[in-house]
Amino acid sequence: MIDGSWAELKFRDPSRAKELTRALVGVVQSMGRSPVSVMHVCGSHEQAIAKFGLRSAFPRELDVIMGPGCPVCITDVPEVDEAVVLAGQGVRIATYGDMLRVPGTVESLADARAKGARVDVVYSVAHAVELARQSTEDVVFFASGFETTAVATAAVLLRDPPSNFSVLSAHKYIPPVMEIVAEMPQTRVEGFLAAGHAATITGWGIFEPFVERHRLPVVVAGFEPLDILAGLVSLAEVIREGTPRVVNAYPRCVTREGNRAAQETLWSVFRPVGGRWRGIAHVPNGNLRLKDEWASFDARKRFDIDLSSLWDYAPATLSQECICGDIMAGISSPSDCPLFGSECVPEKPVGACMVSSEGTCKIWHEYGGLPDRTGVLA
Amino acid sequence: MDGLNATVDFFGVRRTIRLDVVDEPVSPGDYILNHVGFAIRRIPEEEIGETLALYEQLLREAESDIMAADVRGEIEAGRGDGG
Repeated sequence: MIDGSWAELKFRDPSRAKELTRALVGVVQSMGRSPVSVMHVCGSHEQAIAKFGLRSAFPRELDVIMGPGCPVCITDVPEVDEAVVLAGQGVRIATYGDMLRVPGTVESLADARAKGARVDVVYSVAHAVELARQSTEDVVFFASGFETTAVATAAVLLRDPPSNFSVLSAHKYIPPVMEIVAEMPQTRVEGFLAAGHAATITGWGIFEPFVERHRLPVVVAGFEPLDILAGLVSLAEVIREGTPRVVNAYPRCVTREGNRAAQETLWSVFRPVGGRWRGIAHVPNGNLRLKDEWASFDARKRFDIDLSSLWDYAPATLSQECICGDIMAGISSPSDCPLFGSECVPEKPVGACMVSSEGTCKIWHEYGGLPDRTGVLA
Repeated sequence: MDGLNATVDFFGVRRTIRLDVVDEPVSPGDYILNHVGFAIRRIPEEEIGETLALYEQLLREAESDIMAADVRGEIEAGRGDGG
């Protein structure tokens, strides 16, 4: 890449942002009702909305809900437990940094590491493979993330990794959970803002059957402030028109067919199976697991992971009050949670939404969803 | 570029990324979309212009709709002059 500054400026141009915001206010207010509720399903969208202060520019009538778009947050407790137990058995674990502090039944990986387990944080799965290459001992990559991230995991398996490398997959597949949210009886969602990265892989065509089934529009949007504003203007227009369809508001990255090479990579290694998403529901076809032909690289097949050793302990009581599930389903906000900002803070998270940099609670906490009283009083 | 590895400049930070699953062949100077250390899309320069054109179109549509809505509102309120 030569010099990215011009591209950055174009997608963050304040005067263009103002115009788009004005358009958004105009379209939403012309509907003459409140609230108009839309959901995005991507932690990166929420990060950008918070970082650039976009929410304060949204019209009052528009409710932009963050759905189950944080892969760390929806990693289920038993999945974390599997990694914690493996680490406790002396197996070296490599994982993305966000996964370290996600609470399991009793411990997080950070707790296990404090007690002497070997847990490496990696930026890329390619780095985890390197760790295995430099060693003779087993290295298990605890793999989280949606289909976009699963493509990377699949890619390293297709490149002849060393035999001491294996994968503990907690990868998730987004399209099925949109069905779940659309079918929730309490849902107020009138349209979805779909994540540009995932759609870069799958293509926008994948949302057409969803729109057909649920009569809810889907707009694919990128992650720069202007991308998000443009996506919301487009979504509000389609809602106002009342003829649901898929709109691609991220044409520089997303095509109808998507990235076929990446799709082939993904589906040659993974298969979708049903499973629980933390706090949400059992999601049919929502989990990505290694296909049988990859059994020798599947940590669940290679190791005897005995979770029962954890279950002698009583579950933490605070976690039962956690409302992460309702927050991710768009039914509640962090400010509705009695733990938010008091018992549950980023330094001492109760729920996974306070752990991940893509979690709603962590983002709200970081960017002032709740006033920082200590700062005010000091 | 070195086989399936490439050095990418992310607004000043240099990082090695993998090219296993990029949708089209890339060459030095190209823009890419990165995800967890893997290029998942070569971004053709002309399509950056396409996105900017999309913003313009959205603005034009919203603008004319708002004006139309204003006129409709005025007519309903009995203030429209029909012209």
